[in-house]
Amino acid sequence: MSEVKKVRIATCSLAGCFGCHMSLLDIDERLFDLLEVVEFNRTPLTDIKHCSPCDVGIIEGGVCNAENVHVLKEFRKNCKVLVAMGACAITGGLPAMRNNIDLWDCFQEVYRYEGGLEGGQIPNDPELPLPFDKVHPIYEVVKVDYFLPGCPPSGDAIWKFLTDLLAGREPKLDYEQLHYD
Amino acid sequence: MSKTITIDGTKISFTEGQTIMDAALAAKVYIPHLCHNPEFKPHGSCKLCTVNVNGRAVSACTMPASDGMEVENKTETLDNERRAIVQMLFVEGNHLCPTCEKSGNCQLQAVAYCLGMMTPHYNHFYPPREIDASHPDVFLDRNRCILCELCVRASRDVDGKNVFGLSGRGIGSRLVVNSASGRLGDSTFAVTDRAAKVCPTGAILIKRQGFSVPIGSRIYDHKPICQVETEGKSGGEHE
Repeated sequence: MSEVKKVRIATCSLAGCFGCHMSLLDIDERLFDLLEVVEFNRTPLTDIKHCSPCDVGIIEGGVCNAENVHVLKEFRKNCKVLVAMGACAITGGLPAMRNNIDLWDCFQEVYRYEGGLEGGQIPNDPELPLPFDKVHPIYEVVKVDYFLPGCPPSGDAIWKFLTDLLAGREPKLDYEQLHYD
Repeated sequence: MSKTITIDGTKISFTEGQTIMDAALAAKVYIPHLCHNPEFKPHGSCKLCTVNVNGRAVSACTMPASDGMEVENKTETLDNERRAIVQMLFVEGNHLCPTCEKSGNCQLQAVAYCLGMMTPHYNHFYPPREIDASHPDVFLDRNRCILCELCVRASRDVDGKNVFGLSGRGIGSRLVVNSASGRLGDSTFAVTDRAAKVCPTGAILIKRQGFSVPIGSRIYDHKPICQVETEGKSGGEHE
């Protein structure tokens, strides 16, 4: 029996909290239906570190440092369709709350003045990615084809979105599935 | 014979002196709006209620109805323009819905849902905006202010206090407070003022009430604003 060619999906979390990925797991047993028709490439679920050519790339989180940009560009280069999933990828989200606070002040607060820290230092290992002074949504860096809002989008919203997309329909959320919080 | 206007093919009657918006609200026809609240003098600034009248774009909230007017309201072109306006409002402020206690009860968010806004689309300004927690009962967060002047009108016309005003131009436009220090806590503002309850977004919040209504029970959780507004609820009242 010849195997049906599966749709190849890659996912990642940039400046996000992995809440959207948790919500993806919230589709529960429908994951088995999903795995009938898709295979996962680079994603935290497979632990594959780099993207191969894929049909769909799903990005959680905004762009807060140089590494985020490299990963995002790798996804854009390899994925036919790129999806921004969740408030952070679409607006910057909670990480963007630091956008009007000076980055140095932010670091001082987190690594030096925060209660319970004794002799804390601001990390400066050259391997650490360079942080940006502002967090940006991913569509300000690369072209994004679809947006799936929510913080996080519910499992049902993700399922509706994916089933529409996989069926070749324009993804359309029901009223109660569309929310920004 | 009563006088009538036609909105998207439906005839509705009006009385002399009513605007297109007044007539539409009375007939339970939804025209998207943010700066309009029937309780106050129309402002005509948000432009969401822009409709086509005999081929010309006008603000429904300020345009007097006249007999035989043909009004186009729910068209794809107008809704596309309205969505673009809402997107611009989102990127010109700092509207981070997950962090805002007005979420679910916010008219800006609700109108965006209604217009199917999936992304703010434009590049974010992330403008620096001042917050003011000096008042014992009310919190002022300019990050979420859309400059609709509803609080300005309420404080001036209903409360008789003139606590609020707008200052500056362009991206520097901001809500200012009428007190020597510019702080809300040093003004005559009181939590019982009408102006404390008219903000369509989360810019003016009454303290110690945040998240008192759980997700699922908020105004726009199940019903779109077009339905809420045409079920007899007055715009802007969110208690």
